[in-house]
Amino acid sequence: MKKILSVLLLLVLLLPAYALADEVVNVFNWEDYIDEAVLEQFTAETGIKVNYMNFTTVEDMIVQVEANPGAFDLCFPSDYIIERMIKKDMLAEINFDNVPNANQTIPYLQNPAYDPDNKYSVPYLWGTVGILYNTTKVDDPVTSWDILWNPKYASNVFMLDSIRDSMGITLKHLGFSLNTHDIPSIMAAKQKLIEQKQSGIVKAYQVDETKDKMVAGEAALAVVWSGDAQYAIDLNADLAYAVPEEGSNVWVDGMVIPKDAKNKENAEKLIDFLCRPEIAKANCEYVRYACPNAGAIELMGEVYTSNPVQNAPEELLNKCEFFHDIEPAFLSIYEAMWMEVKNTK
Amino acid sequence: MMKFLKRFYLGIILVFLYVPIGVLIVQSFNAGKSRAKWEGFSFRWYVELFQDTRIMNALYVTVSIALLAMIFATILGTLAAIGIYSMKKRPQALMMTLTNLPNTMPDIVTGISLMLLFLFTKVERGYMTMLLAHITFDVPYVILSVLPKLKQMNKHTYEAALDLGATPTYALTHVIIPECKQGIITGAMLAFTLSLDDFTISYFTTSPLVQNLSTLIYSAARKGIEPSLNALSALMFISLLVLLLIVNRRTAENN
Amino acid sequence: MLDLSLPWWGWLLMGAGLVGFIAMLVVSIRRNQGVKRSLFASPYTLWMIIFTVLPVILIGYYAFTDMNGNFTLDNFRNFWDSNYESNKVIMQAMGEAGAAYVSRGTVNVDTLVYSLWMAFKCTAICLIAGYPAALFMADRNMKLGPTLVVLFIIPMWMNFLLRTIAWMSLLEDSGLINSFLRKLGFDGVQLMYNSNAVLLGMVYNFLPFMVFPIYTVLNKMDFRLSEAAADLGCNSWQTLYKVVMPLSIPGVISGITMVFMPSVTTFFIPRMLGGGNTMMFGDLIESKFLVEGNWNVGSALSLIMMVLILISLSILRKADPNGEGGGIA
Repeated sequence: MKKILSVLLLLVLLLPAYALADEVVNVFNWEDYIDEAVLEQFTAETGIKVNYMNFTTVEDMIVQVEANPGAFDLCFPSDYIIERMIKKDMLAEINFDNVPNANQTIPYLQNPAYDPDNKYSVPYLWGTVGILYNTTKVDDPVTSWDILWNPKYASNVFMLDSIRDSMGITLKHLGFSLNTHDIPSIMAAKQKLIEQKQSGIVKAYQVDETKDKMVAGEAALAVVWSGDAQYAIDLNADLAYAVPEEGSNVWVDGMVIPKDAKNKENAEKLIDFLCRPEIAKANCEYVRYACPNAGAIELMGEVYTSNPVQNAPEELLNKCEFFHDIEPAFLSIYEAMWMEVKNTK
Repeated sequence: MMKFLKRFYLGIILVFLYVPIGVLIVQSFNAGKSRAKWEGFSFRWYVELFQDTRIMNALYVTVSIALLAMIFATILGTLAAIGIYSMKKRPQALMMTLTNLPNTMPDIVTGISLMLLFLFTKVERGYMTMLLAHITFDVPYVILSVLPKLKQMNKHTYEAALDLGATPTYALTHVIIPECKQGIITGAMLAFTLSLDDFTISYFTTSPLVQNLSTLIYSAARKGIEPSLNALSALMFISLLVLLLIVNRRTAENN
Repeated sequence: MLDLSLPWWGWLLMGAGLVGFIAMLVVSIRRNQGVKRSLFASPYTLWMIIFTVLPVILIGYYAFTDMNGNFTLDNFRNFWDSNYESNKVIMQAMGEAGAAYVSRGTVNVDTLVYSLWMAFKCTAICLIAGYPAALFMADRNMKLGPTLVVLFIIPMWMNFLLRTIAWMSLLEDSGLINSFLRKLGFDGVQLMYNSNAVLLGMVYNFLPFMVFPIYTVLNKMDFRLSEAAADLGCNSWQTLYKVVMPLSIPGVISGITMVFMPSVTTFFIPRMLGGGNTMMFGDLIESKFLVEGNWNVGSALSLIMMVLILISLSILRKADPNGEGGGIA
C-alpha cells in the first residue's frame, strides 16, 4: 500500500513538468467550433501552445470572462455580445498591423453595426437560424415558423434553450423585430411560446444536443443554427434545412481579445492565422457554418456557393436581422418571460 | 422459497444499478460514434482515448486532485478528530456543528459559496482553487470516520501508556493513531472516492482552463459524448473491480 | 497546466499558518508535557472558518445587497415574484398602460415546490425499494452482506454524469429500449423528456445512499433480539415491524437525509433526461449565476434553499436525537 502510494505521489509531482510550455494563447470558444488539426498546425508553425476552452452559451461566456480576468486571450462571442463587451469596455483594440489577413472579410460583413469602427473584432464564422426537419416525418412544406405550432407534430419539436434565439424567432413569426423594445409584442411572443409548450408540441429545450439527436431521428423538426444543420444533413440524407419566409436571425461570431489578455500578440497571430484562406477553408469545411473569408470562398468554389444552407441567398438575408444588444434592465423582461415559458407545465 | 424471493429482489435492484454501466461498456466497443446503433466491435475508442490530450489532462487533474485532497484531508481531519475528541463538552459540540455544516449544505450551495469566496478575494480560479475546495469537502468525512474509533478506544490505554513512561508524543503516535487506523483508512478512501466523483463543486470552483473528468464530460455531454470517455470509464471500472477483488482475496486469506 | 494561481498574499497566509502550526507542535513537544491535544483541531478550525463559514457569510452578504453593495430586500422579493425586476421596467417604460402587462411571476416559487415534491417522491421510492434491499442484505442466513455492499458501491465509482447519459441511450426514442420494442413489433413509447425520466435518474443516483445507512444499522443490531421475539411467540412479520423496524429508525432517518437533500438541488439530470422541459431548483440557481450573472438573486435563492434544508434536517434530527444513524462509512 505504501509503495503504491509513494509511486502515485511521485507521478503526481513529476507529471506537470511536461505541460509547462512557454508561449501560450488561451482560447475560449464554442464547443466543437474549430478543426483541431488547424490548432496543431498553428503550434507547429509558431511554437505557441493553444489552450482551448469551451463555453456553451454566449451568456455563460461573458460571465466567465468577467469572473476570470486574464484567463482568456481570444474569445469567439456572437455579434450582440461583442456589442455588449465593447459597451462594458471589456475588449482590447486589435492591432491590425499584426493581422494582415483580416482584409479578406466579405463585403456583407464589413463595418458591422456591432463594431462600427472595425476596431475590436474580426468575423470568424456566420450563419442563420432556421428549421432542420426530417423529410420522412414532415410532409408539409417548411416555409413558415408556423409549422412549429402545428399540433400534428406534437412531441416532435426540439426548441433552442436560448433566450434570444427562441424569443427572436417567435417575434419574427408574429411579424415583429427580434430586437423589439415593444412590450406588448414581447408578451405576445411569450404567450405564443407558452401555447406551444402547453399543447405538447415541444419535446425538449436544448442546445448542442440537438444535432446528434436529429441525426438519430429523435424528432421531426428542430430549431437550429445553419452549421449544425449542415453537419446533421451530412450525416443523415433525410434531413433538410429551411429558413422560414418571415425571416430569421442572421449572426456572426467574431474573434475578440479581452482587455486583460495576457498574451495579446499571440492572440493576434492566431487571428491572422485563422484568417488565412486555406485555414479558414479547413475550419469552414469542418464546422459547416458560413465563411466570412473571401479567399476561402474562392478556394472552396461551387461546392460552397451552390449550397444554400451555407451560402444563404441574398433575398433571404434581406429578410433576416442581426441581434442587437439589449440593455440589462430591458433584457430582464426577456429573461423573465423566457423563465415563464420554461416554467409552463 | 422466501430465500429465493429475497435473492430475486436483490437481483432486480442490482440489475437496475448495473444496466447503464453495462450499456456504457458495450458502447465503448462500438466501432461507430452513435449511441444507439451497433456498427461492429472495435478498440478504436481505446486507441483514441490515449491520443486525446484533453481527456488525458482531465484524467490527470482528477486523479492528482483526488490524491492530494485525500492526503491533506486525512492529515487535517485526523488531527482535528484527535483535537475535537479531547475537547471539553461545549467547544466539542460547537466543533461538531461546524463539521456537520458542510454535510447539511447542498453541493450546489457549497460550490457557489466557494466560487463567491474566490471571486470576492480575486483569486483566479483553477487547479489550486479546485484542490482547496476538494480538501474542504473531504475533511468532515475523515473526521466523522475517525471520531467514532476514538470514542470506542479504551480511555485508560492512553493513561496506562503515560504511566508506563511513554511521553505524550510517543503515546500519541504509538497508541492513539494505531487504535484509529481503521477509521483513518476508511476516511481516506471515502475522501478519495468523493473527490473522484465530484462534479458540482468542481464545476463552480475551476476555470474552463483546468477541467477534471466531470466538468469535461459535462461540457461534452451537450453535443453527444465521445465514446472514448466511455472507454475511459470502462477501464477505470475494470481496474477498480480488479483492485477490489485483490483486496477482498487478501482479507479473506488473513481471516 | 498546473496553474498555481493564488496571489502572493494567499501563499504568505497559508505558509504563515503552516509554519505557526508546526512551531506550536515543536515547542510543545520540546517541553515534553505533550501538546495540548485539543489544539490539534486548530488548523482545521481555521480552515473551516476560511472555506466554509466565510463563504456562507458571503452568500448572506450578496443575498441582502444590490449590485452596488447597498442593503436591500429586493432579492427576496425577486424570489417571491420572479417578474419583480421586469415589472418595474415595464411600468417605467409604459406608465399607466403598463399595468395590463404586469403580473406576479411564480417561476421561483413553483420551481421550489416542484423540486420539493420531486425530492419527496424520490426519497419515498428509495425508501420503499431500498429498505427491503437493506433488510435482505443484513439477513444473516443469506451471508451476502459484505459482497453486496461492494456491489452497491462499485456503480458509485463510475462518473455520475456518464451513468446519467447511459440512461439516455436506454430511454431515447431511438434508444435501446425502444429499438427493442420495435423489433418485437410494438410501438415505441416516449420514455424520456418528462418528469418520470428525471425521477428515474434521481432514484438511480441516490438509491445507494438510502440502502447503506439502513444496512449499517441493521447489521449492527443484536440479532438475538429478533430470536428472542420469535421465542416469545412473534411470527416473522410481527418480529419485523415490532422489533426490527423500530430499531432501524436511525438508519432510515439518516438515509432520508442523504437522499432528500441532494435530490432537492439536483441539476443536470432534469436537463439530460427531462429535455429541459422542467426545471429544478438547482438548475434555477445555476442559471441565475452562470446565465444571467445575477449573483444577488442567486445568493438569495441559495440562502432560501439552505434555510429550508436546515429546518427539515432539524425536524428529522428530533426523530433521532442521538444521531446514531450510520453513514456510508
